[in-house]
Amino acid sequence: MEGLISLAVKAVFVENLALSFFLGMCTFIAVSKKISTAMGLGVSVMIVQAITVPANNLILTYLLAPGALAWAGFPDIDLTFLGLISYIGVIAALVQILEMVLDKYFPPLYNALGVYLPLITVNCAILGGSLFMVERNYDFAESLTYGVSSGFGWALAITAMAGVREKLKYSDIPAGLQGLGITFITAGLMAMAFMSFSGVKL
Amino acid sequence: MAQQTRKSQLVDPLIDNNPITLQVLGICSALAVTSSLKVALVMAIAVTLVTAFSSMFISMLRNQIPSSIRIIVQMVIIASLVIVVDQMLKAYAYEISKTLSVFVGLIITNCIVMGRAEAFAMSNPPVASFVDGIGNGAGYGLILMVVGVIRELFGSGSLFGITILPTVNNGGWYVPNGLLLLPPSAFFVIGLLIWAIRTWKPGQVEEREYKIQSVEAH
Repeated sequence: MEGLISLAVKAVFVENLALSFFLGMCTFIAVSKKISTAMGLGVSVMIVQAITVPANNLILTYLLAPGALAWAGFPDIDLTFLGLISYIGVIAALVQILEMVLDKYFPPLYNALGVYLPLITVNCAILGGSLFMVERNYDFAESLTYGVSSGFGWALAITAMAGVREKLKYSDIPAGLQGLGITFITAGLMAMAFMSFSGVKL
Repeated sequence: MAQQTRKSQLVDPLIDNNPITLQVLGICSALAVTSSLKVALVMAIAVTLVTAFSSMFISMLRNQIPSSIRIIVQMVIIASLVIVVDQMLKAYAYEISKTLSVFVGLIITNCIVMGRAEAFAMSNPPVASFVDGIGNGAGYGLILMVVGVIRELFGSGSLFGITILPTVNNGGWYVPNGLLLLPPSAFFVIGLLIWAIRTWKPGQVEEREYKIQSVEAH
């Protein structure tokens, strides 16, 4: 249990997907102009991340890892090279299913998040989460914790970024830095702030 | 879009329509892999190849792909190419493939690849798409190399692992700037690079949302 809590804290702050691994930067920069939209996207990422990381963990353990197909009578088969294509397939399919389920059963939530869901398939943070899960050999409980908390970390980062940018648009910025340039530098300063968490020992 | 010449397709994405500094695509990997030049070079080549070939294949199939499932079809084509690249790197450059870790896999979701497939390859013939892919990959590579040179030269005093500025630790004179090896520095370097490019090409400067006006005192 303690291990899981420290994993969660680490995934939110120390190893924040957006600010220390730069995952999901394209959407991080493009959709962080307003707090409300940023939060909508952040929550969707968190939900999708919480589902896809454990789902991919199951696929890896029962289908792809060396010897994983022993239950089907093929103990010698190693399908790990199919990893990338299966993970992205799972992500695309789950996002599609989530979209349909929300549309059918939770229309208000669908109306709020609907536009962001397709964007999430190509968000590097989602695929990145699954790939980190593979690389660090998380088991099922760990991957569930990692999915939820890394998604939360990403949501936190994009909401904070949107807050800064809402204030920033009133300030007098040199012409060439206007827009994209100053956004990068702001993100850099935020990343430095998040780095101060790396001293936290758990 | 008017019919472009092959040359302008190759040259435009380098500065005038750069995927990173103007189209804001593919930033994730641009930031993460640039702390050493060698890794940046491998990444640039990998992305260029994947973009070029995926654009070509998608463009060949463009009349057969139903538009409702085109994203998934594009994903499958891109993912297959990335698997090939990943396996090649593991076979011939194992060290570099370890350093790149998940970022090879993340080429799948690199917005440049998807962006060009969607914006160009779906409506243009294969050869043009291939050239467009090479051009955009090169534009991405150019930024990656510039950032890589700055970060490695001033961060550890070397280029491609060969010492250029002898550092104090090894008995030289150069005190390396440790900040440049840390992740946040990539943001600063790219931000300043965008500033430099936009000062050179003022046409790219974005409009202000709010103008600061001088108000006469009563």
